[in-house]
Amino acid sequence: MQAFADLIQQLERSPGTKDRVAALAAHVQSVDGADGAWALALLLGKRRRRLITGRRLRQICLERSGLPEWLFDSCHAQVGDSAETIALLLPQLALPPAAPLELPLAEWMESRLPALAALEAEAQAQAVLMIWAALPDGQCFLFNKLLTGGFRVGVAAGLVIRALAQVSGLEEAELAHRLMGGFEPSPEAMQALLAPLEAGVAAPISRPYPFCLASPLETERLEATDPAGWQLEWKWDGIRAQLIRRNGQTFLWSRGEELINASFPELDRMAEGLPPGTVLDGELTVWPAEASQPAGFGPLQRRLGRQKPGAALLRECPAAFVAYDLLEQGGQDLRPEPLSQRRAALEDLLQGLPEAVSSPAAGLLRLSPVLPLGSWEELEALRQQARSVGAEGLMLKALDSAYGVGRRRGLWWKHKLEPMELDAVLLYAQAGSGRRANLYTDYTFGLWDGEGRLVTFAKAYSGLDDSEIAELDRWIRRHTTERFGPVRAVEPLQVFSLGFEGLQRSSRHRSGLAVRFPRILRWRRDRTPESADSLTSALALLEDPAVQR
Amino acid sequence: MVLPGDGLIQLTPEGLYCPAADAWIDPWRPVSRALITHGHADHARPGCGEYWAVASGEGVLRQRLGAGIALTGVGYGQERRLGGALVSFHSAGHVLGSAQIRISAGGETWLVSGDYKRDADPSCAPFEPVTADVLITEATFGLPIYRWRPGRQVAAEILTWWREAPQRPSLLFAYAFGKAQRLLAELAALGVEEEVLLHGAVQTLMAPYRSEGVVLPPTRPLSELPRNASLAGRLVIAPPSAHRSAWMKRFVNPQTAFVSGWMAVRGARRRRGFERGFALSDHADWDGLLRSVRDCGARQVYVTHGNSDGLARYLREEQGLAAEPLGRAFEGQRGEEGELVAAVATAVTSPVAAS
Repeated sequence: MQAFADLIQQLERSPGTKDRVAALAAHVQSVDGADGAWALALLLGKRRRRLITGRRLRQICLERSGLPEWLFDSCHAQVGDSAETIALLLPQLALPPAAPLELPLAEWMESRLPALAALEAEAQAQAVLMIWAALPDGQCFLFNKLLTGGFRVGVAAGLVIRALAQVSGLEEAELAHRLMGGFEPSPEAMQALLAPLEAGVAAPISRPYPFCLASPLETERLEATDPAGWQLEWKWDGIRAQLIRRNGQTFLWSRGEELINASFPELDRMAEGLPPGTVLDGELTVWPAEASQPAGFGPLQRRLGRQKPGAALLRECPAAFVAYDLLEQGGQDLRPEPLSQRRAALEDLLQGLPEAVSSPAAGLLRLSPVLPLGSWEELEALRQQARSVGAEGLMLKALDSAYGVGRRRGLWWKHKLEPMELDAVLLYAQAGSGRRANLYTDYTFGLWDGEGRLVTFAKAYSGLDDSEIAELDRWIRRHTTERFGPVRAVEPLQVFSLGFEGLQRSSRHRSGLAVRFPRILRWRRDRTPESADSLTSALALLEDPAVQR
Repeated sequence: MVLPGDGLIQLTPEGLYCPAADAWIDPWRPVSRALITHGHADHARPGCGEYWAVASGEGVLRQRLGAGIALTGVGYGQERRLGGALVSFHSAGHVLGSAQIRISAGGETWLVSGDYKRDADPSCAPFEPVTADVLITEATFGLPIYRWRPGRQVAAEILTWWREAPQRPSLLFAYAFGKAQRLLAELAALGVEEEVLLHGAVQTLMAPYRSEGVVLPPTRPLSELPRNASLAGRLVIAPPSAHRSAWMKRFVNPQTAFVSGWMAVRGARRRRGFERGFALSDHADWDGLLRSVRDCGARQVYVTHGNSDGLARYLREEQGLAAEPLGRAFEGQRGEEGELVAAVATAVTSPVAAS
């Protein structure tokens, strides 16, 4: 495991892309297939299984060290990560010296860690303590991370793929594709992943294509081009998905590469009517057959993560797949074809389908309509209509573009509506984690209720720049009125404009409202807390037909 | 929590005040008489009528507060009478000329620790344990996650880091007063004899250290080098405020590192954007704080700076000592590590534009 620990350290210390890719490539080449496969799975975040809870590790650490729990919590607030907190506290455990323990990464992952997880209370504590005592400094943190399943390295998948391309001589796009739909860490999988094209290793039929992603619109760049070169669509407010029909089987993949067939049985059935060798790219929505627009994100959320939904839920929140691209037809990869041709093929395909699949009455498979656009001047008016059709903005896709892998700036643009906005007062702060450890960066905001009290309304993490974060952190420390573990209550003095995508009534929230994607737009130093918005103004947004879908 | 109103030392808007000596300790605002624990900007502020400090720190203080200040230099351990009180300065091991201040009057003795550390440091006198009835201690690193390795060992790692990059300039960021000189002294002790280049803010502090006889490698201000001189393989020490400033433009492909106790934590290392973080501090670590409280034998402990609440609670609940935080008044006064404020202040007031 030392080689992997060294790699992680090297990645942390090298700011340059080139150095990081070189370190990754060197690692894959220097370790054996089993360790390489595990390194890859961990770096790509494909293995995050929790074997022991952070709480249990903390308990073992506390019992041995005799440190009070509140002190551990203070340490955790400073470090932002329990695995690292424990690693830093190990000297306080006064563990007896032990012979150094060095095992291959694969052995840790495949046998040692699972065996440790299977042990009972005291035996487990003793085993963990023995390993802590025997591991070299740098490995304790890694060990804790792997055990608690929270291992994440700040390295983009793109860099890992670039390194694999260097090692194998394969195209990055080919590797990205081969990595889709899960990677089982084994020497065989590693070999298949890096096998030359000529070797003709058969792809699993479930494998999805890497998603082509859009970038936020750069208006100037867009307007320098001819509107006739673009396909304009609504940006649907659902989740991105890929629907695969191959060899008589259906695979519905989410953008996060999870198979979600079981959650959407009606779509699973619908796909049986698709011709063999079909892959559709589209948006998963809740959209009743008779409705003219989707039901919004709230109902969709009720369906997500719910395996085998009941009949009532299926009736109340019926799903629809809104198709906007055809990636495979008759088993042939259409991605290199220009969008104009793929679109034509998609429209033909849907027209030729049996009624039960694509008829408006069934409503299960819908075609994302192409919007007419004569000139760039019309764009803004169209965008403003997005909410009225239940969309969250516009998508612009270059008609002559192939279906790319990942985010290729300039081929697909997203042009979202301005988010809704309210001014709220900072009430609580909590230290962040990772890069933001020991900085107060997780904020809770309140709005005024009818009786002159501030009611918590939303939490937001992002939106301030580093210097604002630092300044606010200092302010929070000096204006703390109370502490609840890692959370500080502050004097209600600072006002922030919060943006959010959606608003819903909710009985689970004190304010009676649930917000979607809240974020900080601006620090309103010009505003006094009294001038912040009230729950009434939030409710007005909720009632506003122009705002709600 | 505030100090009792009838104690030997009280908390006033200007800071800690001893009525018997009619003197403030490290006051936050100009006062008639200031007893200074050490020269960092959050402890030594300009504008006071008279200053009392350790003689070996006089050079630094005059440079920072003005050559003409009314300063009485006192040797470590010397007892001086101030009004109705006996005052003595005892080595704190923090930086050159740093002191814990001990005050006795009316049969009671108080000790104000200032900033201190227990680890060996070749650039200043070692910490001297002092007993008192009441202790006011700092707690900048008052959490058990902070546990320092010997400075010599960290310096050896820094040396390796420097030597392994002969093609690149090695830019080491460290607080200009204290940490930079400690590193240089450690490098000298490791046998480094080649010239180290300095940012102007660090350079201004070299003379006081050299005149106190601290053994240091040869140094030169970066600004004295010809504009086109190659910096590959050179070690350059600069204050953290210079990181990502215009000053860095002249370096071609430098490797950067920050030396600070905060670098013990991964998140802090990643956040600061340095390639390397070396954990080395001039403050006491957790064990050092507990040991110092024990050594002092005080019946009452007050805790300032950093995790003052946490250390006080630990002393109270786990060690059965009467301990209270003097928290918030001090928290607003401190900079990043104390030293960071000092470094920035120096960078602003010294002629660094040329470097």
